[in-house]
Amino acid sequence: MTRDFWLPHRIVMAALFAALVVWCVMTLRWDWLPDYLGLAAQGIWRTLWLLALSLLLGMTLAVPLGLAQAAGPLWLALPARSFCTVIRGTPLLLQLWLLYYGLGSLFPQIPWIRQSDLWPILRQAWPYGLLALTLSFAAYEGEVMRGAFRGVGKGQLEAAKSMGMPRLTILRRIWLPQALHRALPTLGGETVLQLKATPLVATITVVDIYAVASRVRQDTFITYEPLLLLAVVYMAITGLIVLAFRHFERRIPTRTA
Amino acid sequence: MTKIALSLAAALMMTGAAMAETVKVGIAAEPYPPFASPDAAGAWTGWEVDMIGAVCKAAEMECEIVPVAWDGIIPSLTSGQIDAIMASMSITEERLKTIDFSDKYYNTPTVIVGPKGMDMAATPEGLAGKIIGVQVSTIHEAYVQKHFAATAAEVKLYQTQDEANQDLIAGRIDATQADSIALDAFLASAEGMACCESKGAVADDTEILGLGVGVGLRKGEDDLKAKFNAGIAKILADGTYEAVSKPYFASSIYGG
Amino acid sequence: MLALTASSTLELLQYSPPGWGANLLRGLMNSVLIALGAFGLGAVIGVGGAYGKLYGGPVLRDLLAIYTTVVRAVPELVLILILYYAVTDAVNQILLGLGQDRIQISGFAAGIAVLGIVQGAYATEVIRGAILSVPGGQVEAARAMGMPAGLLARRITLPLMLSAALPGLANLWLIATKDTALLAVVGFGELTQETRQAAGATKAYFTFFMAAGGLYLALSISSGWLFARAERWARRGQPELRG
Repeated sequence: MTRDFWLPHRIVMAALFAALVVWCVMTLRWDWLPDYLGLAAQGIWRTLWLLALSLLLGMTLAVPLGLAQAAGPLWLALPARSFCTVIRGTPLLLQLWLLYYGLGSLFPQIPWIRQSDLWPILRQAWPYGLLALTLSFAAYEGEVMRGAFRGVGKGQLEAAKSMGMPRLTILRRIWLPQALHRALPTLGGETVLQLKATPLVATITVVDIYAVASRVRQDTFITYEPLLLLAVVYMAITGLIVLAFRHFERRIPTRTA
Repeated sequence: MTKIALSLAAALMMTGAAMAETVKVGIAAEPYPPFASPDAAGAWTGWEVDMIGAVCKAAEMECEIVPVAWDGIIPSLTSGQIDAIMASMSITEERLKTIDFSDKYYNTPTVIVGPKGMDMAATPEGLAGKIIGVQVSTIHEAYVQKHFAATAAEVKLYQTQDEANQDLIAGRIDATQADSIALDAFLASAEGMACCESKGAVADDTEILGLGVGVGLRKGEDDLKAKFNAGIAKILADGTYEAVSKPYFASSIYGG
Repeated sequence: MLALTASSTLELLQYSPPGWGANLLRGLMNSVLIALGAFGLGAVIGVGGAYGKLYGGPVLRDLLAIYTTVVRAVPELVLILILYYAVTDAVNQILLGLGQDRIQISGFAAGIAVLGIVQGAYATEVIRGAILSVPGGQVEAARAMGMPAGLLARRITLPLMLSAALPGLANLWLIATKDTALLAVVGFGELTQETRQAAGATKAYFTFFMAAGGLYLALSISSGWLFARAERWARRGQPELRG
């Protein structure tokens, strides 16, 4: 925060904000906090690892999806395009419920599934939440990667090809790193959007921080305080994500043409 | 463009403002047969829906049924979006801290339902190591958390009883606890009959299970409370209660 | 088993009872109406916010920055819950304070207000970026010619800004249509809620969720096509962009 940031009106606003926070802490009801702190910590942890894992798996899926659409033959590009269109065209909540309750309603018709090794996993709710979040992220980022792959200068790829570089090496050394670099700012925004999508898993019994806040609300009938605290938690995590991405963007050397 | 915007705003305001005389009765927006469930035409039917009509008629009130999500139904009442709750909500000490209740209009036992053939009883020992599913914000959730959470493997919370039933059919949970009538309706359905059976009633705990189901009202609305009480008393006295219950239940569910 | 499910699926989805088709279509219409209201409200807030951010005083600019940052950092689900209860409560408290009766804000109006406020934050950024992309030279030339501000906005800024804003606005429209599904969590009868009720009443979860997915997909594909045409119209007369 440089000197230029702290203009007079900002100092006044910051003081007012601090006063508001103090007033909130003093007058609103916070007596429920000690009882639910453990549950809240678990909820935050679950939100974070669902986010991280769905980002990782989703990105792993998104790169081939983008590549297939940018450079693949029709029989690869078309399914990739349809997948992205369908997932991006329907609400995540619907996809989540379709996967959890829709598939769940098919289980009784497949009796042998209860004896299979997968059953302990199929029984729990988090795999479905993770799957829905992963597919959703993969579809949106597949679209972003498609644009990023197309945007890399054709000249470089042609030069490498004329040098006799094998296709996989071109991808690994030239195309992919540059595409990722182009996509980085957008990916930062998309990561925040993915964070905002995670509360939906609470509707299929996965206990993330939103579910904990709902639990407090339902147990104690206190409506605003848990929601306010929840909003603060999400803003804090968003702030961390934005800072992390800014750090990454600065580390990668750019020569703006 | 401005005219359209203004008339749209006026229409939206009017849909809310002019309803001062009609009592908005909130029911849960999720199906809860046989008490309230939507039919294919979008209308709500069920014993509780009929009961709302009967009580309001006896109390000479204009009532409008408003479906509200179950987990937001009490905040909806306290913030004024609805005036009464008739959604099979039990009268408990905990809820009496926030809202008021009319006299009860039914009281039925609480049972546990589990898969056929699984060894299970409605006791803490009988449910050891099992996964129990309950609806959030209900007396059943409170009961399970107090009595069974210590021995059960896991307690899963669902937005609606229907979703808990669905997961019971799918095999994701081993047991669910709810009102005996609602679970009877579930066991009478094709999927319920094929998969599950009742494992018996739970031991009583009046503090948590409450004293029956009443109409939820805001604190301080003594006028409305008197009207609802008068309506309930009237239909019990003149036989309307039995007449409404006959198509649904073999015997009276008013309870002791 | 397959033949049985095919015929019973059609039966469940047909338009008149015992089919639930009419319920689903009614839910779809509610979804579209709320999305339209929210998108419109968001666009109005967006234009105001964009002009405020570009030409307003320092306090206004900071307040708008706080508004857009908070709304874009907090999940819509949390915002919907906060605004749904807080706004109705606040309005009623004010009215009670003034000695008036409570009013009941219909779920419809509350949904449009909430989603509109969320859309407004994103729309502010989209429109601000679009206004900034209008070549400064044209605006200066018009001002040098003595063109009044209103005429300038109507003849020059708006048409040029529209072609830059439309892709972002198309995205916002799609977000609005999908965000209406979140209102199912507060029990409002739009398409996802109707689907959940139909599925719960008939136990045919797979059928109804697939049908709802199909309806949403039809909505987003036709919206995409409409916006593509609008973009082509808005870009008429401009040199072709390099893809």
